[in-house]
Amino acid sequence: MRGLLVGGALAIVFLAAALLSLIWTPYDVEALDIAAKMQPPGGAHWFGTDHFGRDILSMIMVGARVSIAVALVAVGIGIGLGVPLGLAAATRKGSAFDEIIMRSNDLIFAFPSLLIAVMITAVFGPSALNAIIAIGIFNIPVFARLTRGAALSLWQREFILAARVAGKGPARISVEHILPNIANLLIVQGTIQFSLGILAEAGLSYIGLGVQPPTPSWGRMLADSQTLASLAPHLVLFPGFAIILTVLGLNLMGDGLRDLLDPRIRRARS
Amino acid sequence: MSLLQIDNLHLAIHDQPILKGITLGVEAGRVLGIIGESGSGKSMTASAIMQLLPNGTSMTGDILLEGIALTDMTETALNDVRGRLIGMVFQEPMTALNPLLTIGDQVAETLRLHQGMSRREALARAAEVLARVELPPARFPLNRYPHELSGGQRQRVVIAIAIACNPRLLIADEPTTALDVTTQAQILLLLKRLVAEDGMGLILISHDLAVVADIADDLAIMREGEVVEAGPTARVLREKSHPYTRALFEASSHQPDRRAIPTEAPLLEVRNLIRTYPLPRKSIFGKPGMFEAVRDVSFTLDHGESLGLVGESGCGKSTLTRAILGLDAAQGGSISVDGETVVAGQRMPTGLRAKMQVVFQDPYGSFNPRHKVSRLVSEPLHLLEDAPVGPERDAAIGQALGEVGLDETDAQKYIHEFSGGQRQRIAIARALIIRPRLIILDEAVSALDVSIRAQILDLLADLSTRHGLSYLFISHDLHVVRAITDRVMIMKSGQIVEEGATETVFADPQHDYTRTLLAAAPVLEEHVS
Repeated sequence: MRGLLVGGALAIVFLAAALLSLIWTPYDVEALDIAAKMQPPGGAHWFGTDHFGRDILSMIMVGARVSIAVALVAVGIGIGLGVPLGLAAATRKGSAFDEIIMRSNDLIFAFPSLLIAVMITAVFGPSALNAIIAIGIFNIPVFARLTRGAALSLWQREFILAARVAGKGPARISVEHILPNIANLLIVQGTIQFSLGILAEAGLSYIGLGVQPPTPSWGRMLADSQTLASLAPHLVLFPGFAIILTVLGLNLMGDGLRDLLDPRIRRARS
Repeated sequence: MSLLQIDNLHLAIHDQPILKGITLGVEAGRVLGIIGESGSGKSMTASAIMQLLPNGTSMTGDILLEGIALTDMTETALNDVRGRLIGMVFQEPMTALNPLLTIGDQVAETLRLHQGMSRREALARAAEVLARVELPPARFPLNRYPHELSGGQRQRVVIAIAIACNPRLLIADEPTTALDVTTQAQILLLLKRLVAEDGMGLILISHDLAVVADIADDLAIMREGEVVEAGPTARVLREKSHPYTRALFEASSHQPDRRAIPTEAPLLEVRNLIRTYPLPRKSIFGKPGMFEAVRDVSFTLDHGESLGLVGESGCGKSTLTRAILGLDAAQGGSISVDGETVVAGQRMPTGLRAKMQVVFQDPYGSFNPRHKVSRLVSEPLHLLEDAPVGPERDAAIGQALGEVGLDETDAQKYIHEFSGGQRQRIAIARALIIRPRLIILDEAVSALDVSIRAQILDLLADLSTRHGLSYLFISHDLHVVRAITDRVMIMKSGQIVEEGATETVFADPQHDYTRTLLAAAPVLEEHVS
């Protein structure tokens, strides 16, 4: 329960920062002020400034927006495509259809994800959209496999048999009976994939394949400042902590949600 | 001095009283049967003796084993007592055994732990113990795994583990509930023999009066955490001095009043039904073998008739049910309901489905926990072309709930707010709502306590009298089948081996298998006379 609260609080802080950045940031993130470069954290610039004199707090806020947007859409792709595929595969267990879906999943799983992302951006050029697609593709098999496994065990349950006796078809049963009963699992997995998405976006930006300058992103802030780390450690520390705390917060939240939503664990603890 | 003496045992979990002043004694060489319905505290009594209690338990009172108080012992001392002085046999033999260890290692483990034997000595002794539970090493080598054994054989392994160290006391918690009736009889016989040979005490916990009455020397009847009656079996069964004992007794031999008159008009006709499954392939390129779960089964069920289908697990009765309901496609034969026929390979038409409904065994698993009762009960309305909507639909739901003795307002509740018996009523309401001609009852009362079971049987009898409903009543419980059916079929290995009027079959069974089944079923009446 404590994990859920701490994780939730961390996630909310970053979400609030991202939302706030839509209407207001302390400074314009694209305005360069060479005279005020590399200032340590202080009164005018709470988190200090970078080597072009940009305000780091403002960049972190806009970076949060970018990270969250990329990860959210990527999870959306994973759920939107993975869940229906998993549900469909579960309705025809062992059929050729099931085999094709599951073996394609294995194929995607077997590929190193970063390599695919590099490939996609190499072909289509680096951009936020391509980063989203690259991360989203790898979310599909995660959700498809989870959904199929959970759905298969539900298909054996008597209330599903009762629905079949009532003449309902597999599509309708999947939506009416299976989906609500696996929603908990999907929420938990979604939270965890969300944190992985943020990490992946930071990684892609770090190697220059994510959002392009001048839009700030946490990964590129790290990459830009790594040679200056010994001169001005705050340049590395703030984006680094932003990534760590967001991912940690979302993971804690995912674990907490799992405990809260899974009646078996809840019962065992009481 | 008694072997085990429990005095005024009170037990509460999180301040919720579970046991209220239990006083019981077990003598060496005797069998104490503890009988009670679910929630009576009989399993918690066993846990208290083993001192295996959930967190948040507070306990007062004494539990003395050979004069030594178990309640004062440290956890280390208790670990020595458990397994060495007290052995335990659980209900479900599959989960009580570790699937990754051989049966020899599992029996040997206790011996090595408690008697400090080397692996070799322990295995040699394990072979002897397994032979004692009638698993001779010649036929059941020590390197067998649990999944290679049948349910009854697994339960024998569990018993072997429990008696390996020659305990003074053996506790068996519903040891035969998960087993077939013929296997049950063998396991009870084995337990009885072991008690006589070793002079240990046995506590046999069960919900089934007939099972316990067969082998127990003494009986204790429990209800809501109290022992309401205790004493030598013969006396308890003869005198039945407590009203609850009488109620329990009447419920177990309850005869519902069913006055439906079967007509000669056939409602369900099953002709030469065949249902096969592919077996796992033996080699990559070999053709998979086929398993015939239902082999050429034909029968007829008349309007207003109640037909029983009896068989042990794996005989194909559930497979047959699923084929009749159109849940699985049959590989051969045909099914007609009320003149409308579907042959193997065809999809079952909606009109035909609407003529039959089903009630499953598990009152907990047969409802979607996320839907309200109104939605659960109205699900089969889907089968009707002109399904009622709006107020008419609500009226239909209210009427169906009324038919089964529930209130209209129950429609707005969720399923977890109901007890097992109420849930089974809701399941019947769900089956009734589209006014089917036939209801298939797949072990519909098997998971219920005897008193609740009697009420549900009464309800079923009443509904069939009022609506002229036909039942296909599937059960492993011969007693229940006898009480509610007009005709009965006995199924074995996918075939119907005997069929006839229920009383005739029970009074004068023709097939050997029927005779075996009837002989194995525990009967209460014998003990009374």
